[in-house]
Amino acid sequence: MMTLFYISAAVALISSVLAISRANAVHALLYTIVSLLSVALVFFILGAPFAAALEVVIYAGAIMVLFVFVVMMISSGPGAARQEQQWMNFRLWTGPSVLVIVLICELFYIVSLPPVTGPINMVVESKQVGMALLGPYVLGVELASLLLTAGLVGAYHLGKKEPREDTDK
Amino acid sequence: MTNATSDYGLVLAAGLFAIGLAGVLGRRNIIFILLSIEIMLNAAGLAFVSAGARWGQPDGQIMFIFILVMAAAEVSVGLALVLQMFHRIKTVNSDAANSMKG
Repeated sequence: MMTLFYISAAVALISSVLAISRANAVHALLYTIVSLLSVALVFFILGAPFAAALEVVIYAGAIMVLFVFVVMMISSGPGAARQEQQWMNFRLWTGPSVLVIVLICELFYIVSLPPVTGPINMVVESKQVGMALLGPYVLGVELASLLLTAGLVGAYHLGKKEPREDTDK
Repeated sequence: MTNATSDYGLVLAAGLFAIGLAGVLGRRNIIFILLSIEIMLNAAGLAFVSAGARWGQPDGQIMFIFILVMAAAEVSVGLALVLQMFHRIKTVNSDAANSMKG
């Protein structure tokens, strides 16, 4: 289990360093997704399967999709088709693909292991998390819902098209 | 075994946080700055989950869920601001946004 942890930690560090050092935003997004997936695997190894699922679904899924949308909106314009053709170039995909294949092999290995029983296996089940979340932490859940509403309203307000400067004169 | 793993999880969280901090300080493209902030928030969540796994308690994962909610709200507002900035000054270089209205 330690070896698996070391491999996914190495993948996380490598992909994070590559993510912040790329010149192209889309390459950086690909490496960031790899980094988030490897951290999800670290969560799984640490015995937090619910956090691992949330990491994949919300971080690597939803938040990164927002980033991809914004990068697409910013980079559209003349030359965008040629740029997208460059993104389809396979050489640019090899780095993230190799790292992801390492993670997939690791995941299959973990799944193929027999389930560990006994005091070593300190897995915090999602049931415990849910009981604590809606028990002592229910005020935090309400505050989180307020924060999400504020984020929704703020993003809607800021995302509106700006009124033309000459129309309000 | 789990104890050793969660200790190294804290070390990994520190490393990821340092990488994200280097990205925030070193890059001037505002999308990369937001991306680095995401890496730093993720490292903070990893630290919480590692500490929770050390004691076998669900509190670490609950703090991770709260960090996740905060990151989602932050990124939606932040990307809306990036779009506004791009519409106004036609660039994503954060050094170009150096003047205020009025």
